[in-house]
Amino acid sequence: MYTLSQRLVFIGLALAGGLLILLMRQFLNDYILSIAGFVGIYVILAVSLNITNGFTGLFSLGHPAFMAIGGYTCAILTFPVQRKGYFLSGLPDWLAGTELSFFPALLIGGLFAALGSLLIGLPVLRLRGHYLAVATLGVIIIVQVLITNMGGITRGPLGLNGLPTLTNLWWVYLWVLITLYLGWKLKFSSFGRSMLAIREDEMAADCLGINLLRTRVQALMVGAFLAGVAGGLWAHLVTAITPKSFSLILAFTIVVMVVVGGSGSITGSLLAAVIFSMLTEAFRPLEESLNVYGIGEIVLSLILILILIYRPIGLFGTSEPGWLSPGKRKSLSGTAGD
Amino acid sequence: MSGGYILQQLVNGLILGSMYALIAIGFTMIYGIIRLINFAHGDVVMIGSFMTLAFLQALGWPFYLVALAVMVGGALVGVAIERSVFRPMRGAPQVTGFIASLALSIMIQNMGILLLTAQPRNFSFPDIFQQVITLGAVSFRMVDLVIMLTAWILMIGLILLVKMTRLGVGMRATAENLEVARLMGININRTIMATFAIGGSLAATAGLMYGGKFGQIDPLLGFVPGLKSFVAAVVGGVGSIAGAICGGYIIGMAEVLFVGFLPPIYSAYRDAFVFGLLILILLFMPNGLFGKKSEDRA
Repeated sequence: MYTLSQRLVFIGLALAGGLLILLMRQFLNDYILSIAGFVGIYVILAVSLNITNGFTGLFSLGHPAFMAIGGYTCAILTFPVQRKGYFLSGLPDWLAGTELSFFPALLIGGLFAALGSLLIGLPVLRLRGHYLAVATLGVIIIVQVLITNMGGITRGPLGLNGLPTLTNLWWVYLWVLITLYLGWKLKFSSFGRSMLAIREDEMAADCLGINLLRTRVQALMVGAFLAGVAGGLWAHLVTAITPKSFSLILAFTIVVMVVVGGSGSITGSLLAAVIFSMLTEAFRPLEESLNVYGIGEIVLSLILILILIYRPIGLFGTSEPGWLSPGKRKSLSGTAGD
Repeated sequence: MSGGYILQQLVNGLILGSMYALIAIGFTMIYGIIRLINFAHGDVVMIGSFMTLAFLQALGWPFYLVALAVMVGGALVGVAIERSVFRPMRGAPQVTGFIASLALSIMIQNMGILLLTAQPRNFSFPDIFQQVITLGAVSFRMVDLVIMLTAWILMIGLILLVKMTRLGVGMRATAENLEVARLMGININRTIMATFAIGGSLAATAGLMYGGKFGQIDPLLGFVPGLKSFVAAVVGGVGSIAGAICGGYIIGMAEVLFVGFLPPIYSAYRDAFVFGLLILILLFMPNGLFGKKSEDRA
């Protein structure tokens, strides 16, 4: 169990984050604030992918597909009614007359993403290891093609633009906190233990009475829900969304964060997400001014390969810092991946 | 729809299928020997096509020399990839290798963009290759004929190599069981390197063909044919060379028929179709057409 002082530390950290945002909004310009928004969204993505990939060992690359589902759903729901009839002619009447506020739209987007992951997961999660990775990569492409060709609802390759700027740092921070809380609670619950057991030894987990398929599907759905929400936040931060926004490169970037941080470590993916997304943003002006496009991706892939060779368990392995872990469970935090 | 049209489409499928088959062979051999889905394989195709451009147009070498140099160059690229990335992580879980190959693929593509720019470049083969040959209702260019014949010669050569030579026996033994093969005195490192060399060489040759057929190349060209060839290898049963060849032709034919015979609306769904097919095959026929008994695929 957590001690009282640990609980206070958690609350203190959350408040400190809030204070930081308060100060940032006071003193920094919009450009830096939007970068901070992206950093937060990457944290949500990396931690939620870690629930699927890190805890349960399901190597899914499908996160961008779920983001796309959530992002489009959310964007269509918040789209101003006056412009809907003109831009999105394929919408059914009841939907064309609806305009939701941000929070319910995000939730519905997340739920749709989770629903999509259920439909995809039931068949695909029977696959193992790298075959699952390839199949989920296929899911990204399939979702992209479907969105591109559903012009009446999604405006096809043009995408939806001119979305209202609803995402601000507070919304992002709220969802970062929800994601971290959910991830933390999951990891140190019996459900989380089942996930880790499946990752470590499927047959043993099966023998202990863990329902493999159900646990896997649930792990995928939790990840997909948060990815869907992140997609909605993303869409309303960029104020535009196109089928190309959610590509294989994005999946790769999130995977790098999870692998480098340590599969199964929430602290690890949190830090890796912050560092990598800030690095990427730092590379962007460099790329544009020196005209050296692609250098960011090269550095990213080089780091990933080096980590895979020299420290395959990532920076943190599966563990969290001792002073944040619940007591008397030290034995778990010591074990690394395979 | 006349008989001639159908025949023409079938011939187009054969040409496309020959290229897919050459790439798929590399996928399947590498998977067979170290259980690695090498995602960077498609990018060797791109490297091959740029080598062709460099040797043929910048250096002005005669065509046969260019072809030879591209094959040797592709083999070297294959060996370099194995030595630098995959050998240090041999024995790691399969997913590790796959993710590393994805990283390698993204790295090669972006190096291409960085060094060569993303701008497509035109290139053309010497004039004799552009001659149009008409046989009844079917017509194709010389280059298509050369692609098909070269592909067949290479495939026959490869099958003989794997069946008849000492190296081939070593490869089959390593694919069967790496540890036991090592105990039997087979030089595992050399065998795996040779596999990557052959795969790279065939992929680079496919890159040369790609440039000759489509006349335009860019640093990202390897991605889509790479993916389709991977699907081809899965259709045929990963690990089986005969399977990869059949799979290549099946995917080539399927693609041409999909575009040629269905109403144009559907051709937008072509890529989704290829991947849908992949997922269905993985689920319901995980061993493909020629694959051996089930491993941990599903």
